[in-house]
Amino acid sequence: MTIDSVLVANRGEIALRVVRACRELGIRSVAVYSDADAEAAHVRLADDAVHLGKSAASKSYLNVDAVLEAALSAGVDAIHPGYGFLSERPAFAAAVEEAGLAFVGPPSSVIATMGDKAAARAVARSADVPVVPGSDEVSAVEDAVAAAEEIGFPVLVKASAGGGGRGIRPAASADELRTVVVEAQREASSAFGSDAVYLERALQGPKHVEVQVLADTHGTVVHCFERECSLQRRRQKILEEAPAPGLDPSVRSSLCDAAVRLAREVGYVGAGTVEFLVDGEEFFFIEMNTRIQVEHPVTEWITGLDLVAEQLRIAGGAPLSVAQDEIVCRGASIEFRVNAEDPDQDFLPSPGSMDGLELPGGPGVRVDTALMTGDVVPPFYDSLVAKLSVWAPTRAEALARGRRALAEYRVEGLPTTIGLHRRLLDEPAVVDGSYDITTLESWLSGATD
Amino acid sequence: MASHKITSRTPGVFYHRPSPDADPYVTTGASVAEGDTVGLVEVMKTFHEVKADAAGTVSAFLVENEDEVTIGQDLVELET
Repeated sequence: MTIDSVLVANRGEIALRVVRACRELGIRSVAVYSDADAEAAHVRLADDAVHLGKSAASKSYLNVDAVLEAALSAGVDAIHPGYGFLSERPAFAAAVEEAGLAFVGPPSSVIATMGDKAAARAVARSADVPVVPGSDEVSAVEDAVAAAEEIGFPVLVKASAGGGGRGIRPAASADELRTVVVEAQREASSAFGSDAVYLERALQGPKHVEVQVLADTHGTVVHCFERECSLQRRRQKILEEAPAPGLDPSVRSSLCDAAVRLAREVGYVGAGTVEFLVDGEEFFFIEMNTRIQVEHPVTEWITGLDLVAEQLRIAGGAPLSVAQDEIVCRGASIEFRVNAEDPDQDFLPSPGSMDGLELPGGPGVRVDTALMTGDVVPPFYDSLVAKLSVWAPTRAEALARGRRALAEYRVEGLPTTIGLHRRLLDEPAVVDGSYDITTLESWLSGATD
Repeated sequence: MASHKITSRTPGVFYHRPSPDADPYVTTGASVAEGDTVGLVEVMKTFHEVKADAAGTVSAFLVENEDEVTIGQDLVELET
């Protein structure tokens, strides 16, 4: 089918990003909005707009029935979910499919498989993609010790029913493990109602590196190289770059091949991201994000591709516009997430009014934002207000360009993370690219001590 | 008997209960001590507990569950 019109089921900068891609492709875009977003840029710049409901996300952007009704009343051919909200909910994708509309993303069954930790690991294993070495559930202490000796110390003892970092305990030796397993089982039983625990190898300061893939409905799968996303606070990325600095070329090549194998194995369609932890020469699959990623601009900078346009073409049944050997990595790009948060108050989310705004510009500078001077940042949604991304022929020049653009950037009325980024670009581990997933949090705790 | 109103420290969405399936933190007629949690405000996907800043008996909820609130808005009325 050809796609002539798209409902953009999101808000903020990513909704505007999709509206812009539609405009360039000659596709009619229909925005949706909550009470709080009636005057928002993604509504103003779309061809049409449909009101969803009250401001709370549960009453608007997360309301499956309201979004589907909007799509049917607007007479669109497809729904683009953006990221967050309904983008990775298999039930939503299935409802879109059942309504006879194209879902701009993979089939609902693929979203379901990759959203299930155990099923996704099984797909990785059958695609010969390494996962973090671990055990099945263990109950007897000596079984745990035997499993740990096979995995290699140090290990983490994890509660099967835990999640989000809860119920995890480290053990560096067999003796320590004997105590920790018993404690972990007791704690898991009271916290999660199940004493099931398993073991996983504890990686020491790995890097978070992810690979962008594109797959069409004709069986072609390509990668668009990797992004380095280790600078995270509470598992939230704050700065991303491409290519990953210091990544060994042979590891890069294996990593990108592994991502393509995994996407092929699961029957992937659309744009997706395969996330890995990289530990020296070893890498391990952690999860796949079955949607466009916040940090996709850095990949667009280094490859010259328009990933959102590719998504829309794929959803319309067209083959990919490029072959693997035509996708070339050129120069270096860095993205800085500008969040309405106060780094001096433990990143307290700070909604409010954008009273003054001066955006950076000039060569190699891109700002993705849906907030203009006078706009209000509502308290109901994510704190991301803008993404500044820069490109330059070399990483050193990209860092200089980032410093220059951040110095130009002025926001009045709200605290943001712009100042944090300025300071980060003076950190030796950021400048030389040696940072890992522990760097930002330890730097922040040092900075506040 | 004096009345006291507990206000919201941030804008956001007010919840009477810790999660959709849980019991409410407090109901009308309940007595609360200073520091007790009486509700939750969600702001930008983070949750902040609303604590009673006085002791008393809950006489009224001034906003419904899942209502949008502004900074400083009255949430819960206490008889102190």
